[in-house]
This record gives sequence, C-alpha cells and structure tokens, in this order.
Amino acid sequence: MYGGGYIGGEETLQANQDDPIALAEFEARIAAGDKIEPKDWMPADYRKQLVRMIEQHAHSEVIGALPEGTWITRAPGFRRKLALMAKVQDEMGHAQLLYSAAETLGKSREAMINDLINGKSKYSNVFNYPAFTWADVAVIGWLVDGAAIVNQVANSKGSYGPYVRALERICYEESFHLKQGHDNVVFLATGTEMQRTMLQEALNRWWQPLMHFFGPSDTMSVHTEKLMRWKVKMASNDDMRQQFISMYVPKIWELGLTLPDNELKRNPLTGKWAFADPDWNLFFEVIKGNGPLNKERLAVRRTAEERGRWVREALLKADMKYTVPFA
Amino acid sequence: MQDNIKQPLQQFILQLADNLLVMGHRNSEWTGLGPIIEEDIAFASIAQDQVGQAWNLYQLLESEFGFAHPDQVAFTRNEKEFYSSHLVEQPTGEYDFSLARHYLYDLAQLIRYEMLSRSSYEPLAKLAKKFHGEVKYHVFHAQTWMKQLMDGNEVSKARMQSAVNDVFPFAMGVFESVDGEEALIAEGIFEGESALKDAWMQQVGAQLLEWGYSLPQLAQPVLGGGKGYHSEYLQPLLDEMGEVFRLDPSAEW
Ligand SMILES: [Fe+2]
Ligand SMILES: [Fe+2]
Ligand SMILES: [Fe+2]
Repeated sequence: MYGGGYIGGEETLQANQDDPIALAEFEARIAAGDKIEPKDWMPADYRKQLVRMIEQHAHSEVIGALPEGTWITRAPGFRRKLALMAKVQDEMGHAQLLYSAAETLGKSREAMINDLINGKSKYSNVFNYPAFTWADVAVIGWLVDGAAIVNQVANSKGSYGPYVRALERICYEESFHLKQGHDNVVFLATGTEMQRTMLQEALNRWWQPLMHFFGPSDTMSVHTEKLMRWKVKMASNDDMRQQFISMYVPKIWELGLTLPDNELKRNPLTGKWAFADPDWNLFFEVIKGNGPLNKERLAVRRTAEERGRWVREALLKADMKYTVPFA
Repeated sequence: MQDNIKQPLQQFILQLADNLLVMGHRNSEWTGLGPIIEEDIAFASIAQDQVGQAWNLYQLLESEFGFAHPDQVAFTRNEKEFYSSHLVEQPTGEYDFSLARHYLYDLAQLIRYEMLSRSSYEPLAKLAKKFHGEVKYHVFHAQTWMKQLMDGNEVSKARMQSAVNDVFPFAMGVFESVDGEEALIAEGIFEGESALKDAWMQQVGAQLLEWGYSLPQLAQPVLGGGKGYHSEYLQPLLDEMGEVFRLDPSAEW
C-alpha cells in the first residue's frame, strides 16, 4: 500500500545551494532518463526529499498492515484467511524493501522507525481510519490498494534507482492485492442483503479518505516544479485523482453500488470527472494527528517496538545487525 | 475401511488439523507487530503454511470421511468439538514464548510428518511428504533464532531459558493419543504418539544442550485438548475466528 499526498516539508527546501556545474550535469542525466544511484552526486534537496518520500511510503506499509491485520484472525473461510495473511505479509515485505531503499540515502531503519513513533515522520492519512467490518477490508483491498497502485506506478518511472527497483517489485505484488480485493468486493456485492448493506456502508465511509488519498489539489501545494523536473514527484495530485476516479467509479457503479457524492459525473467532451471537493480542513487535521485513529495507530506501533526491543538489542550484541543494503 | 480403523484415523486427522489451524491462527497474530520486520514476515509465512495444511486435512476429511465443507468444520464448531492441544491455544504472549513454542511444536511436526510419509494410508502419506517440505524451513528458522538469542546478551539468554521452561509442559501435551490408536499402529498408519514423543525428546534435548540451554524439569504434560477439554483461551479464539463467517454460514464469503 502507499500513502499519497507528499505530505509537508517542501517549504524547507533550500534553492540553489549546490555546485552549479554538478547540478547541471545531474539535471542533464535526469533529462536523458538516467537513473541516479546511491554513490552518485545528488543535490542536498533531492536526497532530503527522497528520504522523506521513501520513508513515508515505508511507514505507510507498516501502519497500513494494522487495519487489515486485525481482520486476519476473523477472515471468513480458508480462502479469505489465507489471502489476507499473504497480503498483509506482502505489505510488511514492501516496508522492508522501502526501508532498505531509503537507507541507501544515509538514514538508518532504526532512525526512520524512531521518527515514525515519535511523530516526526508521516504516513498516509488513509490508515488513520478504522476498519469496522469485514467489508471495510474488502474496500481497502480493492480501492485503497487501487489508489496506491496509481501512485506507485507513476513513481516507478522516477529517477532514483533503488526506489524505482523496489517499486517495480511492489507494483507486481500490488496487482494481486487489487485482484483479491476486487474478488472480495464482488462476493459481497452479489451476496446476501446483509453482505450488500455491509459493503455499501463501508464504501460510504471510505470515499472521502480515498478522495483525500492523493493529497491536496495542485493549486494548493508549493515547490512541485523542481521535484517534477528531478523526477522525484512524477504526477500531479489532481491528475492521479482523476485517473483513479475514471478507473474505479464506473466499476463501482456497475456493481450496483452508490457513492456519497452527487456531483460525480464524467464530462463526455473532456473526459474529466467532476466531483465534490472533499473537506480539506479535515485532511489537514488528520495530518496534524487529529484523525480518528492517529494516536491509537502510533501507540500500537510504539508498543510493538518496545516489546521487541530486547530482541533487537540481543542481535546487536550478537553482531548480527542488518547492514546497509545496496538495493 | 473397517470401523475400528476409520474411527481413530479420522479423529487423528481431525486432531492434527485442529492443532495446525489454531497454531497458524496464533502465529498470524504477529503480522505487523513483530520485533523486527523480518520476523513479521517469517511468522506470517509459517502461519500460512499451517493454516494451509489444516485446510488440506479438512478437505481430506470431507472427501474421504464424509465431513462437512472445511469452512463449516473449521469456523462453526465450539471448543467441546475441537481437539487442539493446550500448547497451541495459549495466547501469543511475548516473542520469547512464541519462539519457544514455534521451535518445540514445529520440531514435533517435522518428526510426525517424517513418520506419516511412510504411512500405509496413502492419502495421508502424500500430504505428509508435501508438509514435510514446508516444515523443514520452519524448523530451520526456529533453530536459527533459538540459537542466536541464546548467543545474544544476558537478557535474551534469561528470557529464552525461561520461555522454554514455561512452554515445555504444554509442548509435551501435543502427543495425545486418539482412542483406538493401537489399530493405527497395527495397520502401519502411524507409529504412535509415544514413539513420536521419544524421538522428539531426544532431538530437543540434544539441540537445547548444544545451544547452551539447560534442560527443563520434566513436568506433567498438559493434556486434555485431544479429548475436548481446553483452557479458557480456546473458546474466545474460536469466537473471533468465526465472527464474520457465523454472521451467515450459508452465505458465500
Ligand atoms: Fe498496500
Ligand atoms: Fe504495499
Ligand atoms: Fe497492497
């Protein structure tokens, strides 16, 4: 899974403090489609923004395992139980790949996890919402993973080699999550009255968080040109949101489900979708830590870290610390 | 198949499946919460193998013994009709407890599958060979960690030793014979819990000593699960496992 939205931080980028010749060479390489590797020269802002982005992505995988993880023990039937176990396991595997990719830029996994649990680094807002019923798991598997794929496929065309390679593998696995989420949704949509109701209610709950997923409108964010020129940010928030809506809204309607937005409508001339502007104040409140579950998610993560500390300390003593990978 | 064989055989398979399902369920509780991400992934993968093996065995009960659909069998019975051991139903606890249980349980499974791969009951021998290939990796994983935490620091040594001591009486309780086991032994279907336990004790003893553990006191094994007598932990686990399925067991999920 992945958190969209490039949350915060752009304002701290310092412009033009890099060696102009090296910078020109760097930009020429990127323009030519070269990948940047860990030992290559890179602007300080490039490194900083990538660490922030990959780290946020990794944290989103870790925290994203929580809402679905609590349903592994309740999944109905062997097929669903095994599929959900495999899916959440994949997400933890994504976190591992991403932490390794970020470590190539000089920040250790330990430092990243510390910043997650002390609230310094962010993760996708979407995981601060609860999964009340089994149908929430279905909606997450199909639509949250679906939204994540839009974002990750875009990023996999980026300029930083280790991140791009991690994303290629992640996108491959995500395509199975999407299939499995869709299958789960279809069973509920075509099932009993109770199952359908459960699904519709979950969809109503998740629609606004999904509209928030890609982050605020481009008109509201700053400093994205440089990041786009450096192929750190690969698609605009609005474009990704449009892409998501055009891919999934028709499929949702085909299943006879409704969405809690009366303005949703495709303009046949432009192909663009109109939709009600989601509540951005709420989005920023959730980022600040005031979402329904921010505190609980971090508390769970903190407890897991504390309970496992003795294991990590024993590994250090045994000199089996993981080394910085080349990814 | 004669009744004096069929009865103990189906009970034996059911008990094996119930143990696997509950063990897999417990191990899956680590997903997302492990001490390091690599261990999250390892426990999740072991849990999938165990739940998958349980599923295969319930399928065998359905096709060869006339049991209901595996989902019905697994997700709707209550504790009196469940034959898992006390070992697997104990709460996940801390990582030391889970690891010691994982080691002691999976080593027993490995030997059990070695024995069953020679079973005269062909469908079970076939499954046992397949499961053996999976459990080899579980045991390798458990051994690696049992050893490296005993080589770690004073805290990890102390914790692991005390976890082994705590788990041991429960672990000895997984070798609970079904009624009529003599017929299974006579037919060459299974060599019996007692032979299995002896082989297990020998390997566990040698390995623990090699890694620097002291051998736990021989206590009374915690038995009863195989007869449907459980600790207070099983029914809540089953309630949780069946929570969604039981909303409508006739629905397709
Ligand atoms: Fe995901
Ligand atoms: Fe993922
Ligand atoms: Fe995913």
